[in-house]
Amino acid sequence: MSENQNLPDVAREDGHGTVAVSQRFDNPGLPPHRQRVTDIDAAAAKRAERQVATLFGLSGVGTILALVAYFALPYDLEAGYIEHLGQVKLSNALIGVGLFIALFGIGAGAVHWAKTLMPDEERVEERHELRGSDEDRAAALGILSEGAEEAGLGRRPLIRNSLIGAMALAPLPAVVLLRDLGPMPEAKLSETIWKKGTPLVRDPEGGKLKASDLVNGSVVHVLPEGLEETEHPLNEKAKAPVLLIRLDPELLDEASSAGAYEGIVAYSKICTHMGCPVALYEQQTHHLLCPCHQSTFDLRQNCKVIFGPARRPLPQLPITVDEEGYLVAADGFHEAVGPSFWERG
Amino acid sequence: MTTTTTAKKAGSLANWTDERLGASKGVKFLARKIFPDHWSFMLGEVALYSFIILLLTGVFLSLFYIPSAGHTVYDGVYAPLVNQQVSEAYASTVGISFDVRGGLLMRQIHHWAALVFVAAMTVHMFRVFFTGAFRKPRELNWVIGCVLVLLGIVEGFLGYSLPDDLLSGTGIRIASSIILAIPVVGSYLSFFLFGGEFPGESFIPRIYTIHVLLLPAIFLALIGAHLVMLVIQKHTQYPGPGRTNTNVVGYPLFPVYTAKAGGFFFIVFGVITLLSALVTINPIWAYGGYDPSPVTAGSQPDWYMGFMDGAVRLMTGWGEFTAFGFTWSFNILIPALLIPGLMTIPLILYPWIEQWATGDRREHHLLDRPRNVPTRTALGAMGITFYILLWISGGNDIMATVLRLSINDITLTLRVLIFILPPVVYIVTKRICLGMQRKDRDKVLHGRETAVIVRTESGEYFEVHEPLDEYKRWNLVQHETHEPLAELPSEDANGVRRPGAGSGWKRRLSKFYFEQRVEPVTPAELAAAHHDHHGHEAIEATSAHH
Amino acid sequence: MTALAARRRHPLATAILVMIGLIVTGVLYAAATSGKAAAAVSAADEIEAGKKLFLANCSTCHGLNAEGRRNAPSLVGVGAAAVDFQVGTGRMPMAATGPQAPKVSPVRYTQDEIKAMAAYVASLGPGPAIPSAEDVDPAKGDVAMGSLIFRTNCAMCHNFAGKGGALTRGKYAAGLEGVTPEHIYEAMVTGPQSMPVFTDQTISPENKRDIIAFLQSVEEAPAPGGLSLGSFGPVTEGLVAWLAGLGLLVGCAVWLGAKSS
Repeated sequence: MSENQNLPDVAREDGHGTVAVSQRFDNPGLPPHRQRVTDIDAAAAKRAERQVATLFGLSGVGTILALVAYFALPYDLEAGYIEHLGQVKLSNALIGVGLFIALFGIGAGAVHWAKTLMPDEERVEERHELRGSDEDRAAALGILSEGAEEAGLGRRPLIRNSLIGAMALAPLPAVVLLRDLGPMPEAKLSETIWKKGTPLVRDPEGGKLKASDLVNGSVVHVLPEGLEETEHPLNEKAKAPVLLIRLDPELLDEASSAGAYEGIVAYSKICTHMGCPVALYEQQTHHLLCPCHQSTFDLRQNCKVIFGPARRPLPQLPITVDEEGYLVAADGFHEAVGPSFWERG
Repeated sequence: MTTTTTAKKAGSLANWTDERLGASKGVKFLARKIFPDHWSFMLGEVALYSFIILLLTGVFLSLFYIPSAGHTVYDGVYAPLVNQQVSEAYASTVGISFDVRGGLLMRQIHHWAALVFVAAMTVHMFRVFFTGAFRKPRELNWVIGCVLVLLGIVEGFLGYSLPDDLLSGTGIRIASSIILAIPVVGSYLSFFLFGGEFPGESFIPRIYTIHVLLLPAIFLALIGAHLVMLVIQKHTQYPGPGRTNTNVVGYPLFPVYTAKAGGFFFIVFGVITLLSALVTINPIWAYGGYDPSPVTAGSQPDWYMGFMDGAVRLMTGWGEFTAFGFTWSFNILIPALLIPGLMTIPLILYPWIEQWATGDRREHHLLDRPRNVPTRTALGAMGITFYILLWISGGNDIMATVLRLSINDITLTLRVLIFILPPVVYIVTKRICLGMQRKDRDKVLHGRETAVIVRTESGEYFEVHEPLDEYKRWNLVQHETHEPLAELPSEDANGVRRPGAGSGWKRRLSKFYFEQRVEPVTPAELAAAHHDHHGHEAIEATSAHH
Repeated sequence: MTALAARRRHPLATAILVMIGLIVTGVLYAAATSGKAAAAVSAADEIEAGKKLFLANCSTCHGLNAEGRRNAPSLVGVGAAAVDFQVGTGRMPMAATGPQAPKVSPVRYTQDEIKAMAAYVASLGPGPAIPSAEDVDPAKGDVAMGSLIFRTNCAMCHNFAGKGGALTRGKYAAGLEGVTPEHIYEAMVTGPQSMPVFTDQTISPENKRDIIAFLQSVEEAPAPGGLSLGSFGPVTEGLVAWLAGLGLLVGCAVWLGAKSS
């Protein structure tokens, strides 16, 4: 019996040679069945039976182990030590290992049972073409067209068309109902709470800073004072973080010097690419690296992008000192911080 | 209880069910259905069982998890977090880990099962692709499978985000930036999704509902449809003696497959549990709660999002510009939306692309050996190479740390490799496939090498070749090859358009697929080889053009 | 408090503050020097010994007077802490040029030799001193506060568990496992290589000790869930899921599909 003959010919492509027609070997049919040890040797079958039962028994032991571990072991962080695993939570490890034995024992036992003791002679089931017979198809078509006729879909276009119209309109409320998911963006994406005179305070411990607190090579992560008093502190914090860095004023180009105070510069920490905190400052190269996608900004060139997927420089926060000598913002940011968005312009 | 009384009880129970549900018909239809046996057919089951494990452990976790971004102060047992301001979602997840007995184990099973779930779906998809199981009549099931993989990635990402730890919060921030980058509607979408600005307090409860209700319901429906189609269409089988396109050879559902597949569920559950008992996953207590200001070195998504993150890392900034007063962020849109789109759409449409090239509209229930379809296999290998390179890019910082290499060098190298390596892999794979087919021919014509060297009387040495038996030979000659569409005029002699003659594009695609091919040995060739001392020449003469 | 706050803006306030500052500094200085008076003679010897060691081992790159050369910075004013860190962790003397000096063990100098070189460099100009045992005592630190400060100031380079991470062009933030509390403290105050400087004003000495306490707790902490996979995050987890998880399951599937003998 050649495999070719098994393929239904009805749908074969148009007949000009897409299917190679050549003289072919015949399918030799199923090879003779080879009996297993357990089929011919009663002792082997008995052994397999015992193995399966042992696996199921082991599963029971695993369940008991899991239960004992659950009830008997103290559940605290310090408990337990297993070689090679380091200090682990013994309860976690033992409930887990117990459950593993319980589950794996059932699984391995069942599979072993099927493999060794259930019949392993392969059986053959015939396939039938999926399409219905010609009569069935004709009958189905007849039913559908008869039904359509009974409903008058063809004769009464007014009903059909008005139904289509109604169905098309009906989902609209569902769309409209989603409107209150959130407010309109308005200018929120472009605003931060930094404004002229906002003191810079340390993140996370708080406390204002003086210029003299920083030496060349110093970095301080700062936030605007009063962040916690805003309506949505976390939302503001997502835009407000600033990196304060002091370096030799000679190193800064003209653009960077504009907002600097005695070599201290402040730049938005929120990446202009995807908003990760660009917090990795390399003291010797004066590069800032984003840990998420490796955008690299050069502090000496007003945080111009020198590597990676970001395009825009990090916005600079112009700083100065107040009359007490504390570092404050000389102004708010002159542009939107963080990732790009359509209306940013 | 004696056997007879047991039988009687079972009989009355069966009768009770049958009289109410007509169960006997179902048993008759299903219980002796034949399933072919092969380890690669279990990959889909690994995915299915991981999904069931995810449902079970997910229900447990939802009993303790609080889906709220509301602020709270952590006061649990983990000293480094005490008195820190965290979200209720985070505090409750740390609580599951440290205060609920077995909670950490359940969390770890859930997370490991999620990683295995997507991995198993992916490998299952590879198996289906390379063996041609997607061909008619299974195109629809291929599409459902593709959708399941995509949904699996989304579902996984949402689950990864729920604990609201530092790592997942960074991930959500990146997701929000991708949404912001969408032209025209980006800001609005983002504000609707987050209920205002990032991070807001709405996102966690919203994705929780999607994660535990909406997506699992869709999963159940699609998996159900996937399996019903499997039963209706019957499983495909590998070619072999006795296996034809009109039969299915294997073991009955009851009892053999019930034991094997049922047992395999426990094996999958067991293995994932063992992994969870011994290996930490996602130590959220160490990351700390989400805070937009800090970040950790090596911020990564889970593996299934790695290819997308890698594409983003490979990109340069040139893609962003301002025009007409608006910002166009192609540096984000290309890697984060366009490339994944260009990868998935051809994948979903692949059954039809290949059908167009072959013009083959028959049902196929016998699988291909990948070597016998060199172009498809090479395309698949090319796609996987592209995917893996993106995946590697997603871990460029970890590679730099572990291998002590420059992260810039790694990125630059990968930017070049992503263009060069996939075509190279395509060419190499195709040649390997054709070479393997020639080797198959050789084996059929000249038999198996026995490693026995014989010296003839005249002093010549040759290796004894043992002819293949008809069963082994069938494996190597059973397949058919397609030829490229003939360059026929699209109208016949009477000026009538030939149906299916194909456009120029169709012919070109067909040529691309089938120009290089190796035909299986025919009985005539085998007979000739037996008479011919110079059989090797015969191989070359009849094998591939080019 | 309100009274004090109201007077903060008084014109005399600054003057008074400066005076208080001067007095405190003077007293502290006196206390510090008087404590060391007894050891003054040996200190001079130590500086001399340190100078000899410096000339023999460091001057080729850093110059005969530690004034610095093209590829090696001046050491005037870097303080004893910098020497103790760089030489004490084996980073200096640098064996070969590279993106950055790696940690080397075993360290080539004895503790006394390092202290001598540190004393010599400290004598060249004022800089951060080697911290006292109390400054770096993890037992006195607040682990929770330390974790908070570490996360904002350190984790972006050194990773959430102090395992280190990549910087640009082959440079890296070192792993913090096994680094002594003194060296951690010294790194913070001196800012070796790519690392920024954290002065006493930007991160207070107490908070530095909190960080040390946190790192200590991380190192000693149990890994509650089992193997930590190097604490590299999802990349290693993904590899394990594929190789161990899926690998084992495929192994089981092959056993399941194989015919029994």
